[in-house]
Amino acid sequence: MLTFVIRRLLLAIPTLLLISLVIFLLVDLAPGSPMSEIPRTVPPEVRERMMQAMGANEPVVVRYLLWLRQFFLVEPAYVIDSLMGTNLAGGAQRVLSWQSRMPVFDIIAQRLPQTLTVIGSAYLVGVLIALPIGIYSAYRQYSWFDQLGTFVTMVGSSVPTFFTGVLLIIVFSVNLGWFPSIYDTTLEVTDWASFKMQIMQMALPVTMLALHNATEISRYMRSSMLENLGQDYVRTARAKGMSERVVVLKHVLRNSLIPVVTVIALGIPTIFGGAIIAEQVFKVNGLGTALIGAINASDLPTVQTLTFIFAVLIVFFNLVADILYGILDPRIRYD
Amino acid sequence: MNFRTALLGTTAAATAFIGLAPAAHAQRAADGNVKILYFQAVSVMNPYMSSGTKDVHGSSLVIEPLAGFDEKGGLVPRLVTEIPSVENGGISKDLTTITWKLTPGLKWSDGTPVTADDAVFTYEYCTNADMGCSQAARFQGIKTVEATDPQTIKITFTTPKPNPFSAFVGAASPVLQRAQFKDCVGAAAQTCTEQNTKPVGTGPFTVTDFKVNDVVQLAANANYRDPAKPAFATVTLKGGGDARASARAVMETGEFDYAWNTQINPEFQAQLAAGGKGELISAFSNNVERIELNLTDPSPDLPEGERSQIKNPHPILSDVRVRRALSMAMDRQLLVDVGYGAAGKPTCNVIPAPEIYASPNTNCHVQDIEGAKALLEEAGWTDSNGDGIRDKDGKKLSLLFQTSVNAVRQDFQALVKGWWTQIGVETELKAIEPSVFFGGDPGTPDTYQRFYAEAQLDTLDYDGTDPEAYLGQYVCANVPGPGNGWRGTNINRLCDPAYEKLLADLSKTADLNERAKIIISMNDLLTKDGYVSIPLVDRARLSAKSKTLGGVVLNAWDSELWNASDWYRIK
Repeated sequence: MLTFVIRRLLLAIPTLLLISLVIFLLVDLAPGSPMSEIPRTVPPEVRERMMQAMGANEPVVVRYLLWLRQFFLVEPAYVIDSLMGTNLAGGAQRVLSWQSRMPVFDIIAQRLPQTLTVIGSAYLVGVLIALPIGIYSAYRQYSWFDQLGTFVTMVGSSVPTFFTGVLLIIVFSVNLGWFPSIYDTTLEVTDWASFKMQIMQMALPVTMLALHNATEISRYMRSSMLENLGQDYVRTARAKGMSERVVVLKHVLRNSLIPVVTVIALGIPTIFGGAIIAEQVFKVNGLGTALIGAINASDLPTVQTLTFIFAVLIVFFNLVADILYGILDPRIRYD
Repeated sequence: MNFRTALLGTTAAATAFIGLAPAAHAQRAADGNVKILYFQAVSVMNPYMSSGTKDVHGSSLVIEPLAGFDEKGGLVPRLVTEIPSVENGGISKDLTTITWKLTPGLKWSDGTPVTADDAVFTYEYCTNADMGCSQAARFQGIKTVEATDPQTIKITFTTPKPNPFSAFVGAASPVLQRAQFKDCVGAAAQTCTEQNTKPVGTGPFTVTDFKVNDVVQLAANANYRDPAKPAFATVTLKGGGDARASARAVMETGEFDYAWNTQINPEFQAQLAAGGKGELISAFSNNVERIELNLTDPSPDLPEGERSQIKNPHPILSDVRVRRALSMAMDRQLLVDVGYGAAGKPTCNVIPAPEIYASPNTNCHVQDIEGAKALLEEAGWTDSNGDGIRDKDGKKLSLLFQTSVNAVRQDFQALVKGWWTQIGVETELKAIEPSVFFGGDPGTPDTYQRFYAEAQLDTLDYDGTDPEAYLGQYVCANVPGPGNGWRGTNINRLCDPAYEKLLADLSKTADLNERAKIIISMNDLLTKDGYVSIPLVDRARLSAKSKTLGGVVLNAWDSELWNASDWYRIK
């Protein structure tokens, strides 16, 4: 197993380098300019000098190599400096956003908390809803519960989140006035009152995303359960006189979870990527809005850094899913 | 004084007293928190780093220019005792210097005194070649900025400057503190994150927390020059979402007190007004939605590099009668009703304001389809084969009409296409992603500068109230082309010696009324005489404010938050 992990990690390096190059070229080739948000009253010479100051005028090779250096050498140096109090970085320029001239990693640090809280808890809630629904739907296949579950999941996965989000706002914020429609990122949870506020402002975005996440996972759970319920070992277990509870929750569930765990693990990187639409609709202003805002403003360093981090996370969680697979299923061994 | 004047005087005094009443009892930081929503979030609190509107407005709460504009476009002193003029000796007779006198006793938010040296530093900061200052154009034509004494700033221009109110005037050109920014000169400016997000200022508020592109938290400036202001203790300036959602947050849910730029369609405007929690406010300045016509041939049959260039005049649009007919076919009031409602009014001018510069030109307000048809007939464009499209010498009267992706603009495109089809002009529509259209990337054929179309719908406004620089765009030397990397502001490709003569006159004229006369003739050359541009709608700033927020005066000539120090809570 260890050699497998090491081999995969080594293989990840050229993969990620290639990904970073492809992203860089894609973003660079995309039409648009960081100057597009600047008022047209700003004369061309001034624009030219602004581009120069940002380093946006350099040839693409130079900018890519500079980014690689900043990302892999300068940024870790700053991290070590802040931890150990050393001075490895020596004031070298970090990856700076073209929109705000702020280090991209500072922006990520500012935005990660709200993304993890909102999108992360939505994912967790989604999984917690999806598993029981999937299990029971499969166990009572074609019952009214299963039919209802199928209906709800179909609606949930086919109605887009930008619609459900606005619908939730109109019903629960505008008409009923129960929950806020705008997420307050400055709220600090210090006591029960602020904790209640936090729950209130998370209610709508989490509901919307949890429903969306739950639909997909519950479908996987259901079909995987159905597949296992018809297997010989289930009949054997029942013939041995085991209770239905033990048969379903111990034998069938454990075996059915194998593909579902993979699906869940592969979904984790999307938490970090944020949910662009949910964040936009409820103004959560997490990593998703940072990414879409940077794309709109042609803020190449931000887009490049964010997407590359997502790529790293995806590669990493693919590996985690593979390892989990091996742990859960003794038949699978990598050595 | 006769009886009538006396009576009017009393009424005015009484009105003024009522108007001022809440302010008279005001006390600094007594009204708690005010929540402002900008759907484009603030990225940086320094307009020299970014000229994005949201950044200029956000920073105007903290840092201030020497003088600003009021809601009528007039100059108001901010850090100075009075507005310099030739009469009061602040502007030299030969128009080459302007002298500003700082208000005595003025303090930065850190308690140190504001001196003329800070303005000198700001000039050096922005004109440094390695800095990439986004407001560099405001300091063009300046020879020196000196502090003749700690209270006096003297600006000397290289040539006589009829309009010297560009540097240090308006929210985009504030004074920075030398002590704070001294290490941020040149290339280092880019990395001064702390300074760029938490500037020390003279404005009513100071930044307490800055989350980039998300939210800025501010608190009342303890050293603000008026001890009774601002009424609010803290400001939350949140970003994100879109115009619709931000209008809703003020007018329906009441979560926010003020929302910027709530450009929503008239139907939704009415729906939100029924929400009862807020109201839409609007103010007009010089923002005109117009159709620009291309005087050169953008035909794809031409070799690359020769499309939309002066040497190839447009085969159809070179005839002013055709351009005029295209304008006559417009029903401008309908466009306003469909797209803008309270936030627009029909206009026939590219310079609609201030009043003194506006041409008395209203001949376009009535649609004249028959007149347009007759004019096209006269120009030789007839429908010879009965297919509904006019033609001449075997060439069809067919135009490509492009604009950026934007719901209102696509509605306009559809309406205009309908009218042009009625007068026998075939119209093909194209909509381009705004970041590409306005991005100015010389490698992209779809930018507004390339103008590979006959007509394009867009808007253009200018800083301040003086349109000289703006009118200066339409000169031959400014035609975008491969020679200048497709940079250049004369997108209509107008080359008119008469127009350039007027521009030269304007640059030598200081008298306001004389200037107005020249500006009006130049406006007319672009519109009712030359039909280079087809003005459609004078667009207002449209914002939303809560009914509990008092003191708001929407200003379209300066930052929308220009008088945030006067805002208060209506109890």
